[in-house]
Formats: sequence, structure tokens, C-alpha cells
Amino acid sequence: MSWDFVVDVQLLLQFHFMQNALAAGTLVALLAGAAGYFVVLRGQSFIAHMLSQVGFPGAAAAVLVHTSPIVGLLAFCGIAAGGIGLAGPRLGAGSRAESAAVGSILAFSLGLGLLFFRLYAGSAQGIYNFLFGTILGITDRDVQLTFAVAAVALAALAFIARPLIFASIDPDVAEARGVPVRAVAIAFLLVLALSVAITVQIVGTLLIFSLLVAPSAVATQLTARPAVAIALSVGISLAVTWLGLAIAYFTDVPVGFVVTTLAFIPYLVLRVARAR
Amino acid sequence: MSDPFALEFMRNAFVAGTCIALAAGVVGYFLILRNQVFTTDALGHTAFTGSLGALVVGIDLLVGVFGSCVAVALAIGSFGGRGRGRDVAIGTVFAWVLGLGVLFLSLYTTNRSAASGTIGVSVLFGSILGLQQSQVVVGSIAGLITLAIALLIARPLLFLSVDPDVAIARGVPARALAMVFLVLVAATVAESVQAVGALLVFALMVTPPAIAQNLSSRPWLGIALSAGIAVGALWAGLVLSFYASLPVSFFVTAVVFAGYVASELRKRFA
Repeated sequence: MSWDFVVDVQLLLQFHFMQNALAAGTLVALLAGAAGYFVVLRGQSFIAHMLSQVGFPGAAAAVLVHTSPIVGLLAFCGIAAGGIGLAGPRLGAGSRAESAAVGSILAFSLGLGLLFFRLYAGSAQGIYNFLFGTILGITDRDVQLTFAVAAVALAALAFIARPLIFASIDPDVAEARGVPVRAVAIAFLLVLALSVAITVQIVGTLLIFSLLVAPSAVATQLTARPAVAIALSVGISLAVTWLGLAIAYFTDVPVGFVVTTLAFIPYLVLRVARAR
Repeated sequence: MSDPFALEFMRNAFVAGTCIALAAGVVGYFLILRNQVFTTDALGHTAFTGSLGALVVGIDLLVGVFGSCVAVALAIGSFGGRGRGRDVAIGTVFAWVLGLGVLFLSLYTTNRSAASGTIGVSVLFGSILGLQQSQVVVGSIAGLITLAIALLIARPLLFLSVDPDVAIARGVPARALAMVFLVLVAATVAESVQAVGALLVFALMVTPPAIAQNLSSRPWLGIALSAGIAVGALWAGLVLSFYASLPVSFFVTAVVFAGYVASELRKRFA
């Protein structure tokens, strides 16, 4: 690595796996940044956490039956989002019974993921990759699938954005004005499931917050205007992903650590600045 | 192969596991009562980073787990404060803590032999069948001490958890008690990491008390049930794992989850 930017970018792009990681990472950052804004606005960061952990056995099951992990992630996250949507839009870490239920489901799904890995006789590294992300192993097909998922999810998000903001800020008035609040909430959960499923490819199931929540937490603190906040959130997500992948590539430091740290710094700076 | 108790590592697992599960069941009961389930999640993440950080700097893993969990519990306790927006803050901070653990994991595994590559999996998913003699002793004693203190403060803690205002008016030292309880939770998480792993502490600390609360609303019976279910699940996990040659942690989570689903169904339809 040198300090010549052009040479560095050429180095970064010389291997096919890195081209794939950067392509997938860009798509992930676009969707995670946009969907993340609504996650923070709606106070659903906990659901994002839950969806990603339910994705872990999905990825492991997919490896077990010899398909791409992203297929399993999409299936498990989609089903979980549907279940949450039907169980009730207010599910979260609120009441005692809810947090007990959610905690029990989380433990079981992670245990199930461990079982699938053992059945496959996968290596420890395989488990780490799904839990903490990797820059290796994103295939051409994964990139295509990620592109399709991101395109569909972003289109859906653009379509429901206005009623979703309305319904998130003031559900009662929105309902009175004829916004189908419940349908919009379920549609968003499905978009969130898609976002989580593709984000796991880069940062793993346990570090999902770094791309899905931290950038938008910063953005919503800086501006109250939705369009600006979404743009800002996407921008931070993109910067964190690109820089994170580049640093991980040049230094051999695990991508999960780099990305979480890069995402954490602006959040921390903002909190400290606000506290003064 | 047919008798689990003929093997020393199985006897060790039963002894340490029973002590840890007893403590987890009792402390977990108050965890649900006080609606602090997600403190455990944060502490589990801390345990992962703490244990690998200890290994990187060359001190004992147990010291790292207990030290980091207790330190973070004290920090959570002194910052206090509840409310909205907090889940974003907690989630972001602990995602980074976990990220730091990933760094430690890679530092530790790249400097050592290939065998150390699985240490992260042991911390995340438990290693009760691989406990060394010293870990068995420490785990068992820590479990029993935690259990004893939990039972000792159980009465005022119950009072404080169920009706904080009246309890404070009656002179229950609310802040001190809440702090002691957080330290107990931290110790229990650190112990449970050995049994079922940092990611699966819910299986011993949350699901058994949740089942107990579905079965009985009487607190003392509930506490006993919760401890009994945690121990039973751990035993079942050990025996099933012995005969099926699959991870103990999976069976523990599966057994408690099945019990939880059954207790929910019973509550709704009976």
C-alpha cells in the first residue's frame, strides 16, 4: 500500500473477490443506510437485531444443503419478519413477557445455527464469517442476488416512504387520514428483512448495528429533515463500508472490527459534542 | 460409551453445570421480574470481548470474563436511566464492543497454533465438556456463592422489584440493592459463558424463569421452579449430547425452548 490514491484503488480492485465485496458492500450500504433511517425513526433497532440473529441458522442451514448462505438468510429473515408483523407491530424489548419471548427465540435460533454448523462439520472460521462478516467468499451469483434484493427493497421503500414517515411520526393521525398503517408497517418489516439479509454478508449477524443503525442514529441527530437525514445516513454507510473494506484488505484486520469502529467513531464524537 | 458418568469430563460437566444452572435460574427470575433481560445480552457481548482480551494480554480467561462483566455491570448501574433512544445507544456501543472482540480473536489466533482457532467458538457457544479441573472448581464455587447471595437478598429484592415505591418508603436501600443485583447478574453471565456460551446465556438465565413465571405467579415457588428447570435442562442437554454427539448448548437451548413453547400454550389454552 502506498499513499498514492490511484495506485491504492488499483490495488484494491485487482482481485475479483475484492471487486465482488465492494460491489455487494455498496449495494448493502445504500439499502442499510436508507432502511436504517426508518429503523431509528420507528424505534425498531431491536427488531433489526432480532432478525439478524434469526438469520444465523438460516445461513448455516443453507450451507448445510449446499446453497448460497444469502438464500437461507433471505428465507429465515423473511419468515421471521412476517411472524413479527402478524404477532403485532409493537413487538420489542418492552414488556416483561415480550422480552422473555424474544430472548428465548434468540437463544434457540443461535443454538440451532450451531447445530447446523456441526452437522456440516464446518470450521470455526466458517462460524466467525457468519457472525462477524468477511470480505472473502462473495460470489458473482451473490452479487447478482444482492443487486436484485437491493433494487426491489429500495423501490419498495421509495414507494412506501411518505406514508411510512407519516405513520411513524403520528400513527393515530395517519390512520385517521386513511393511511393503511398496519399494511405499511408489515411492508417495512419485509424491507427490513431484506436489508438485514444482505447486510449480514459484509458485517455478519452480530455486528449488523454498525451499518443498519449507527449511521442513521448519527444522521437523525444532525438533521430533522427526512430527505437530508436519509441522504446523510446513506452517505455515512457508504463511507464506512468502503473505508472498512479497504482497511481490512490492506491490513488483515478483521472487517467486522474495522466497520464497527468506523461506524462507532462519528456516533461517539456526536454524543460527546452533544453532552457538552 | 453407554454410561455418561464413567467419564471424568462428564462428571465435571455435571458438577459445574448444576451449580451454574442453579445460580442462573434464581438470578434470572429477578432479571425477568425487573425487566432487565437485555442487560444480559450486553453482558454476554462483554464476556466475549473480555475473555479474548484477557487471552491476548496473557492473563487467565476466567479473570477476563469476570472482570469485564462486573466492570460493565457497574458502569450500566451508575449511568442508569431508562427510556427511548437507549436501545440505539446500547446497541451501537455493544456492537462495537463485540467488534473489538473480533479484533482480539484474530490477534490471538494468528499468533498461535491452529488449535487455538476454536477458542472463539468455545466462548460464544460454551465448552462445558472441555472444562479443566481448575475451571470446574472456580465455576462451581462461583455458582454456589452467587446462588447464596441471591437467596440472601431475595426478600428485599422481590419487594423492590414488585413495588419499588412502597419498598423505598419502607427503607429498602434501593440503589445499593440494584447495584448488588447487577453485580450478581454479571457474575452469573460470566459463569454461564462456560456452560452454554456468551451468545446463549439467555437459555439458562431467561427462558427457565420465563417458563416458571408462566407456571406459577407465586414468587418463591417460581424461583424454585426456575432453578429446577435450568438444572433439568442442563442435565438433559448433557445426556442428549453424550448420546447424540452434538453440541450440549444446542440441546440446552432446544429443551428450554420446547418447555417455553409448551408453557405458553398451556397458559393460553388451559
